[in-house]
Amino acid sequence: MNTVVIKFEQQFAALQAQKQRQTWWYGGLFAVALLLSAWVGEFSPFKIWHGLPRIHEYVFKTLPVLGWVTLWADLADWFWGLRKWLGLLLETVLIAYLSTLLGSVGALVLAFDASTNLQRSGWGYGLTRRAMELARTIPELVFALIFVFAFGLGPMAGVLAIAIHTMGGSGKLFAEAVENIDMKPVDGLRATGASWLQTLRFAVLPQVLPNFISFTLWRFEINVRSASVLGFVGAGGIGQEFYTAIRMLYYEDISAMLLLLVATVMLIDIVCERLRHRAIDKESLS
Amino acid sequence: MMLRLQNMDEPALALARQAAPAVFAPQRLQTLLRTLAWFAFLALTLYCLWLFEMSPRRFVSGLGTLLHIVAQMFPPTAGDMLATYLMSMLQTVGMAFIGTVLAAVLALPLGLLGAKNMLPNGLAHFLFRRGSDVLRGVDQLIWALIFVRAVGLGPLAGILAIIISDTGTLAKLYSEAIENIDRKPVEGVRSVGGGPLQAIRYGVLPQVLPVMLSNMLYTFESNTRSATILGIVGAGGIGFYLSDRVRTMNWEDASFILLLILLTVYLIDRFSGFVRSRLIRG
Repeated sequence: MNTVVIKFEQQFAALQAQKQRQTWWYGGLFAVALLLSAWVGEFSPFKIWHGLPRIHEYVFKTLPVLGWVTLWADLADWFWGLRKWLGLLLETVLIAYLSTLLGSVGALVLAFDASTNLQRSGWGYGLTRRAMELARTIPELVFALIFVFAFGLGPMAGVLAIAIHTMGGSGKLFAEAVENIDMKPVDGLRATGASWLQTLRFAVLPQVLPNFISFTLWRFEINVRSASVLGFVGAGGIGQEFYTAIRMLYYEDISAMLLLLVATVMLIDIVCERLRHRAIDKESLS
Repeated sequence: MMLRLQNMDEPALALARQAAPAVFAPQRLQTLLRTLAWFAFLALTLYCLWLFEMSPRRFVSGLGTLLHIVAQMFPPTAGDMLATYLMSMLQTVGMAFIGTVLAAVLALPLGLLGAKNMLPNGLAHFLFRRGSDVLRGVDQLIWALIFVRAVGLGPLAGILAIIISDTGTLAKLYSEAIENIDRKPVEGVRSVGGGPLQAIRYGVLPQVLPVMLSNMLYTFESNTRSATILGIVGAGGIGFYLSDRVRTMNWEDASFILLLILLTVYLIDRFSGFVRSRLIRG
């Protein structure tokens, strides 16, 4: 046979063997990690197998008994707390609204110093970056847990908790958007002797505002979900009612409230998506 | 007709006015609407502040208490609970890992079925999308609380909560990735006589696998963060100790656990960034 072909075959075999070794090696690592996780997580397929009937039973219990003849009465019975629940859902959405607003304003203040192209000083950059990292790494529920001690029970603790978390999360996205701007308008304004704030207002903000609005709407969707569990630690919203219903085994209440919550979240998602498209469309028009 | 600013005289202006009346019309309605929108925005914000009793006085006094708490958080200590905390943190990461892997395994067939180009059926597509919306619309912690009631206290409830909430997210991401593939490799496999499963294995999977793994890594990162609070409702992990130490105002231990969480999240982020960069390089 041709020596070139032989050489090719040899190299191909060697490569294939190497690839196979790699696959085994990484596959083995993955399997070890999985087994270790199962061990520390006290997890086994056996347990799931035993848990499934109980989950099934649980789900079955949450379903209401609806008869064709008495449908309206049954529905009214199922959603007996509709007024109270809708009120709490509204509170949840308002918590999300206010915390998104406060958090985004905070993010806006921090974002410019935290972007590599506009930072005023090295320490300002480092400080804002670290503060934002801290704010978004600690889960909002942990903030809420602590704030309940400081600001008392109720939605105020929840609003501040989500606002801080939003400040960290959105701040990072805002800063990234600022880092991607066209620097020519900034240079132009600086050349005319504009102050830092004027530069931001007339050179940076017009470029990033559509992005900021889009991020903020997206964040609002996330925050509505987060606000729904704040009540678990006494920080307002519908969570408290959920907690009671699940703990006290008010089965039908659970499904009724879950349905309302999912409907609210979907509605908000749809509205926000529309608004987001409008915000981005406006930019592409101009 | 060209109109230029430098030679714009009265007749030209009149001409322009005639050509585009909307531009010259006083924009009263728009201004009014904008003012109204700003007022509504302001009123809603003030209403929220009033509803939640967020007075500046309460804020200042709360801030004082908060500073007091933060002062009490130093120095962070573990006491004789160090081994317990470390083990619990490890359990948190383990829960996140196993939950993510199982969610990814479940999401793969769902993602295939939910992709328009794999199963061109409007009803199935609709059901899939709405189903994943339902799973995603409910916070992980609510699922955890429900599972604690259904299967008892412990990490199993937490793992199940992670699986449920992330199967929806991952399935949606997977189906979007599959919808964006290049059709040609699939057609190639089909044209040489490959069946549908072979088309998926050799035509679809090689294209979407890097995206899927990358999504899985992101989910793992975010689950490590969210798994730290599952313990608040008794679904396993470090959250149990954290919420207990906060509730008993044992601030030094609480801050130790917080630091432990920060460190772990940092390490996991670094690790997954490393794996992702290797994946992208191929």
